Amino acid sequence: MYTPHTERDIAQMLEKIGVGSLDDLMAVPDALKIRAELDVVPALPEYQIARRLSRMAAKNAAADAISFLGAGAYRHYVPPAIATLAMRGEFLTAYTPYQAEVSQGYLQAIYEWQTYICLLTGMDIANASVYDGATALAEGAIMAINANGRKKILVSRAVDPNYRAVLKTYCDGLDVAIDELPVAADGSTDQSSLAAALESKDYAAIAIQSPNFFGVVDALSPASADAARASGTVPIAVVSEAISLGALATPASWGAQIVVGEAQSFGVAQAYGGPYVGFIASTTEHMRRIPGRLVGRTVDNRDQTAYVLTLQAREQHIRRERATSNICTNQAHCALIATIYLALVGKSGLRDIAGLNLERSRELATAVSSVPGCDLRFDGPFFNEFVVDVHRPAEEVLVELQERGILGGVALGRFYPEYADSILMTATELTTTSEIAALASALTEVTNVPARV
Amino acid sequence: MSPHASEPLIFDIGEEGRANGYVEPSRPHVEFLPKALLRDDLPLPDNTELDVVRHFTRLSHRTFGIDLGFYPLGSCTMKYNPRVNDQMANLPGFRDLHPYAPDGLSQGALQVMYELERSLASLFGMAAFSLNPSAGAHAELAALLIAKKYFRDNGRSQRDKVIVPDTAHGTNPASAAMCGFKVVSIPSDARGRVDVDALKAAVGPDTAVCMMTNPNTLGLFEDRVHEITAAVHAAGGLMYYDGANGNAIMGNVRPGDMGFDLMHLNTHKTFTIPHGGGGAGHGPVGVAAHLVDYLPTPVVRAVPKQGADPGLAPSDRLTFSLDFDRPKSIGPMRSFWSNFAHAVRALAYIYANGAEGLKRVSQLAVLNANYIRVGIKDVLETPYDEICRHEFVASAQELKKANGVRALDIAKALLDRGYMAPTIYFPLIVPECLMIEPTETESKETLDTFVAALRDIVATAKADPQSLFDAPVNTVVGRVDETRAARQPDLRWRPPA
Repeated sequence: MYTPHTERDIAQMLEKIGVGSLDDLMAVPDALKIRAELDVVPALPEYQIARRLSRMAAKNAAADAISFLGAGAYRHYVPPAIATLAMRGEFLTAYTPYQAEVSQGYLQAIYEWQTYICLLTGMDIANASVYDGATALAEGAIMAINANGRKKILVSRAVDPNYRAVLKTYCDGLDVAIDELPVAADGSTDQSSLAAALESKDYAAIAIQSPNFFGVVDALSPASADAARASGTVPIAVVSEAISLGALATPASWGAQIVVGEAQSFGVAQAYGGPYVGFIASTTEHMRRIPGRLVGRTVDNRDQTAYVLTLQAREQHIRRERATSNICTNQAHCALIATIYLALVGKSGLRDIAGLNLERSRELATAVSSVPGCDLRFDGPFFNEFVVDVHRPAEEVLVELQERGILGGVALGRFYPEYADSILMTATELTTTSEIAALASALTEVTNVPARV
Repeated sequence: MSPHASEPLIFDIGEEGRANGYVEPSRPHVEFLPKALLRDDLPLPDNTELDVVRHFTRLSHRTFGIDLGFYPLGSCTMKYNPRVNDQMANLPGFRDLHPYAPDGLSQGALQVMYELERSLASLFGMAAFSLNPSAGAHAELAALLIAKKYFRDNGRSQRDKVIVPDTAHGTNPASAAMCGFKVVSIPSDARGRVDVDALKAAVGPDTAVCMMTNPNTLGLFEDRVHEITAAVHAAGGLMYYDGANGNAIMGNVRPGDMGFDLMHLNTHKTFTIPHGGGGAGHGPVGVAAHLVDYLPTPVVRAVPKQGADPGLAPSDRLTFSLDFDRPKSIGPMRSFWSNFAHAVRALAYIYANGAEGLKRVSQLAVLNANYIRVGIKDVLETPYDEICRHEFVASAQELKKANGVRALDIAKALLDRGYMAPTIYFPLIVPECLMIEPTETESKETLDTFVAALRDIVATAKADPQSLFDAPVNTVVGRVDETRAARQPDLRWRPPA
């Protein structure tokens, strides 16, 4: 499908080429010929494609359930103007802007994205985006390894477990070791363990997430930041809930040199996990180690302002095995969506959205912790999610909530065996008072059961 | 407004206080968190929705995509992106589904992933795919991590060399380096194929993986690939297939049949996912049976559904789940399971074609490339003068010698005539290289006018080379000062002091 060729076209073209048939064009040695019947569904007309896929979409009952899921992917309001603009064919069907003269619009949009990320994180520079938050952390760690040549990474256990797993995948390839820091009683990274670890000069980087996986606002303490500086360890901040950047002190303010994260919250659909959009920002000293595309502002031969891909000597298509990363594709279209989102909500909107996340999540926490048998596990200050201890296997409680039409959150046991009775719950600006009441009522039913012997 | 006028930055447009009313005003943050944890300032512009709509609409007018014209960018497969694919990806049941949604309430999404994975495995002759990697280079990395772990588990960690032909994409050696492998580059022979004798001489007990693209980046089919796979396998190494050129082979040959153990696909190229200005991509990684346990997590598992109506389609009679419990796996490559919205698009495209349709797609992609090749070969050198696959390379070397006109100048002249330029200066072994890939979705008339434009540019290069050095002149900006961009990096706007 989607081919315009008539039989007459094909005949004329074959004649011009001097080949008898399409099969002749595709001739290969016998040893390479295809050996199997292809097992692919027969071609469908477009209306049946739509019918079949719509039926599958309708099976995903979770998409419109009452939900308190977060943990790295968030449900936020998406203004319709985003789709109107981002789905314009010029943006959708362009490729990497190698030819700057016919790509000024996209290049400028990426320059604006880079600026937004700098303004939000307090960093000097940002790249054109990477695959997602987890790969941003892995690439940020590689930047630190390339900066100081060390082969160990220190990471807080309060960093998203998926991000740590991906970091491990990458580090296995590079033969880099990872050490993890424990979580303190308030849900933040244990600063005394951190201080002890930073007495060593073996670590390329220390990675801290804020808000961390438990929702708690986290950072290097001033003393830890001093220790990192003294030991030559690069502080990396991880942000998985980008809306928090509208409220919280910037990672730059506590000494981060590299800030990596996920910008899905800026208008990108949840879409069962992707595509999302990772960002990497840093201080100027790491500029030539940053991976992926960078857009710069310059002039053309008529002295007009112009934008272009720049500092390409870092990249794989020039440097091959000596490149800073193998990355080729960025997440341009998702970065465009995030840029349009930030332009639409602006300073006032982002402040309000961040404020409503703070407000609704406190409303949720109050309601849940008033249910008998439910307690907040940590008392550290949180942004829009927090951990609830239900004093029963959390997986069971979540199944029972699901039977009542509610997705109550993420069971922590799959990542932290010691928190098998805990649920990570999230509220955003879209969470309503009646949804919170429904959860509290359902929780009352499912947690108020006699203890099993 | 003239399209030539520059568009201001979004930061120079707004005024503070122009709220759009998407949400209600919130209470001050300090009511919820101590002041020390809060930021002092949020230096973003406030813009009206109208200003934002105009700004990005104008930026779109300054951006060239397939929807505006022919986009023969070699190695990128810039084919038409059917709109039904986007509509399906944006169905609320897919779009609003959280990645931690329980398996039982996500059966449709899992079915999409399962059907796509099974279709790709059959089309390319692999035992299984993982839809986890985010793009081609990401899948290459996954494949090399699989190889590394496979050798480590089998006590053969001494295998530390990756063999890469000199025509390979830059991502191949860069991915190898990210796994700690040393790269051995193999030259091409006079026919533009891997020099098989040089490759056989390079293979040995330290060989981990040989990475190949077939057809290669010159658009030529590696017709001795079975000899190469035999030699690498005899030495105990693994064969990796770079699927960037998958659009040339569907229904014709399969990497599995050629003897490859590992491969990736750029589904965003071959399976009509919009490239979106350079991503998001989608890069499934496929493996032969002996490597299935090493695939990145998660993979979709299917079991027969109890009491399913036998009249239903086969995949409607299954129950699906995400399987994370795979002890030999290299682990996850990304935060969540897959670039799922793209899996929907790729599956919609497979539905539209079926196996026979996909075979036809590849045939017509090859037909179109050869049609352009024979249309220009008397005016532009084609260093490998034979039937090509879905793309071919031409060279401006003779023009450069005679008239000083380079591939870059031809590229810029094409922009002036309303075309995207081909890929230039790649592969590196052909001087003044133009790599042209038309794809199958372009009509004979489009190809005819493109050939005429290229021929006209070559004639102009001889008669009036200066006019090509000045090109482009019909675009919103002229040639961009890349040297200044690199020497005085200006990577962001800064607020006025």
